[in-house]
Amino acid sequence: MGSWFDYTVNGIVIGNIYALLSIGLALIFGVANLINFAQGSVFTVGAYLGWTAIHYLHTPLPVTVLIVAVGSGALGAAIERFALRPLHQRSRIAVLLATIGVSLVLDQTLQLIFSAEPRAMPSQLPDWRLPIGGVTIGAIDLVIAGFGVTAAALLFGFLRFSKLGWAVRATAQDPDAARQMGVDIDRVNVAVFAIASALGGVGGLMVGLFYHSIDITMSFDATLKGMVAMLIGGLGNVPGAIAGGLILGLSESYGVALFGTSYRNLFAFVLMILILVAAPNGLFSWRRELPPEPMTGTFLAPSRPLGLPRGALYALIAAAALFPLVWNQPYLLQTLTNVLLMALMAFGLTLISGTVGQISLGHAALLAIGGYASGLLALDFGWPFVASAPAAGVITALLGTLLVLPALRMTGHYVAIATLGIGEIVALVILNWSGLTRGPYGLSGIPAPSIGSIELDTPRALYWLTLALVVLFGSLQGRLLESHLGRTWRAIRDDEVAARAYGVEPLRYKALAFAFGGFGAGVAGAIAAHLYSYINHETFNIQLSILAITVVILGGLGNVLGAVLGALLLVGLPELLRPAAEYRMLIYGVALLVLIRYRPQGLLGTA
Amino acid sequence: MTAPILEILGLSRHFEGLTAVDGLELAVNEGELIGVIGPNGAGKTTLFNLISGFDRPNAGSVRLNGVDITGSPPERLARRGMARTFQHGRVFGNLSVLDNVLVGAHARLAAVRPGWRGLGPVGELLLATIRPKAVRQEEEALRVEAKGILARFGDRLTPRLDHPAYSLSYANRRRLELARALALRPHLLLLDEPTAGMNETETAELEGVIASLKASGLTILLIEHKLGMVMRLSDRVLAMDEGRRVAVGVPKDVRDHPEVVLAYLGHPARRPNDDANVAAT
Repeated sequence: MGSWFDYTVNGIVIGNIYALLSIGLALIFGVANLINFAQGSVFTVGAYLGWTAIHYLHTPLPVTVLIVAVGSGALGAAIERFALRPLHQRSRIAVLLATIGVSLVLDQTLQLIFSAEPRAMPSQLPDWRLPIGGVTIGAIDLVIAGFGVTAAALLFGFLRFSKLGWAVRATAQDPDAARQMGVDIDRVNVAVFAIASALGGVGGLMVGLFYHSIDITMSFDATLKGMVAMLIGGLGNVPGAIAGGLILGLSESYGVALFGTSYRNLFAFVLMILILVAAPNGLFSWRRELPPEPMTGTFLAPSRPLGLPRGALYALIAAAALFPLVWNQPYLLQTLTNVLLMALMAFGLTLISGTVGQISLGHAALLAIGGYASGLLALDFGWPFVASAPAAGVITALLGTLLVLPALRMTGHYVAIATLGIGEIVALVILNWSGLTRGPYGLSGIPAPSIGSIELDTPRALYWLTLALVVLFGSLQGRLLESHLGRTWRAIRDDEVAARAYGVEPLRYKALAFAFGGFGAGVAGAIAAHLYSYINHETFNIQLSILAITVVILGGLGNVLGAVLGALLLVGLPELLRPAAEYRMLIYGVALLVLIRYRPQGLLGTA
Repeated sequence: MTAPILEILGLSRHFEGLTAVDGLELAVNEGELIGVIGPNGAGKTTLFNLISGFDRPNAGSVRLNGVDITGSPPERLARRGMARTFQHGRVFGNLSVLDNVLVGAHARLAAVRPGWRGLGPVGELLLATIRPKAVRQEEEALRVEAKGILARFGDRLTPRLDHPAYSLSYANRRRLELARALALRPHLLLLDEPTAGMNETETAELEGVIASLKASGLTILLIEHKLGMVMRLSDRVLAMDEGRRVAVGVPKDVRDHPEVVLAYLGHPARRPNDDANVAAT
């Protein structure tokens, strides 16, 4: 009985933190129609800002809170002004990807300054605990709850009684009408980002004080939890976001009590997918219309792809094939093999996100399925590589398409969020389904790729294997794009409604693209697994998904050759410029931001 | 007398606090061209959305060739031979002119879309990759046909076969949309203001195209604000206001119907043919 009370208190406290995150997300969604993926990074910046103030300046708690609120607020305003406002006329999915870029930049900057090591957060609160019946409540619990209530009250007052608050609410209802009535939309946006970021930053500080420790990885988790909480409450619904935070906090707390800690995130993501499928307007908005969504899910800039004459293409392939005979340097060949693997992964993604326009943020999960399928077939059933890798492709195509089915009916933002959630669910199922996947231990001792009795264990052989597959899958995809499927996919991307009027079943063709892309990704995952000989649930993580989408945008959405070039530039270059390795993720973030702003059609043009 | 190709029975669609289509009745015979007129907000486009499956009615039904199609999704209706254009023009901006027309023929693809039960999509993927002779022939025949359809518009579109649709002028996009609809080889064609945004020469040119379609026996429903054109082309005219059928009949009767005059001009003293477009008749 006592422990249930503890779980409830814990759930409410964590729920308060989630609410601080989701209020900010809901405010931003309300006025800018944008899911701000940088929210978790601002939260983490807040935590580090607080740590710095306490550690170096020994500030008392109220002053720390003030510093964090002002600092994070200023950061939020800067993000809006410099990273997002220039994208004003672009489709919202472009802005969403820009916030992912901002998030990468912030996280990596923090890591460069503070290192990836967790920092101990000095306690600033008395150590007493208030006994109630048989259990106790700590000072920090009361502080967090108190701050949550105070923040909600202040926000309510601001929205209800201040002129700027009215402007915010007017903008949320109808930006065009608000502008015509003289509302300064830019000012509203800056104000909303500042408020949202101040709340998020203080949330980060509170979490640090609660757990007595902070680290960089908090960021992504915080964004996701805030997002789930907001979805529960209804996109853009501020009171709903508070309730959503508490519901998520409590259900997680009870879930952990029943099933154990490793299930914590699984609850959040399954809840998210259920909400997206069953109640996309959230639990509290029965009658509200779906928020307006762009007709197409992509931000394709009108451009013509740069083609390569067939002869030049053959010459390039021949040069790539002969390369190791001239320059047999293991490190270089390993790097190029990684480039080719990324290209193989990016083919499917450029098809799904570029050609069909369904921005997927969970593509790495397909590699995970392929890697585990091939690895387990080899380890548990002794299948040879030539059988297990294609089987992994088929399994990934089937399973991946089946998993993503609920997302195929969604448009725009929702596809991106749902694929992200599905990707995380795959990783968490791998972690928890120990009977099949060996859980946290991962798969070790996966045999090197071999064809018949020939072991492909030299860098040169592995390079040739992946090159052959890249050429095979690349030309297959090129051939499909020339067929009726190519124009049908692109028609769905450009205007799904018009496509349906001519007999195109969007679900069928989206599923076909996912199946073809899934097959390639499954094979890529299988090769990676046999190449690394060890994989676990974190080998193919969200960072890999984000990197893949950056590769795809860099090369040109839908552009097969562009995917290879993008992989060469983003995977190959940083590896070869060894000193830059530390800055790699930072480079990806900056590349994403610069691309979306200045060259949304990518290097080789959208196809 | 043969059965009507399209029957609309007591069709109603309510939005919050607004009745867009209110108990509408209409029977369209094969080969007929019916003009649909009415002031803005009369429910014309909602009616098209209900017929073509983009919206579901609150009451009533739609029958195509005697089959109840109420609530059927648009992709299924396309396969039943219904094609439509959109009020504001919805071409596929990043597709070439020729590809836009070919998408219009999607519902007719047979060789590459075998009806293999359960394995249809997989078969389609394989056939698109391998491209056996039948598939290649089908594709080639469609290309020839598509170029023929585009040639209906003189040399407006033919020199631009490979141009992406976003690079076309507004009038050319409207022509392309009609060409795409024709590639479906429709039994029933719904045109939603096909000449909106066109100048007089362009309008006259398109009127000629529509007249030739009608002459070839195609059944057409035409929403149009340019009354002169409606009166010349239509066998019968349906006049709508506030979702209701105000009048239906031969053009002359509908034009002189007092309620039509009132609804159209809000002014009982003037007749719609005082409109500049009609002055030429």
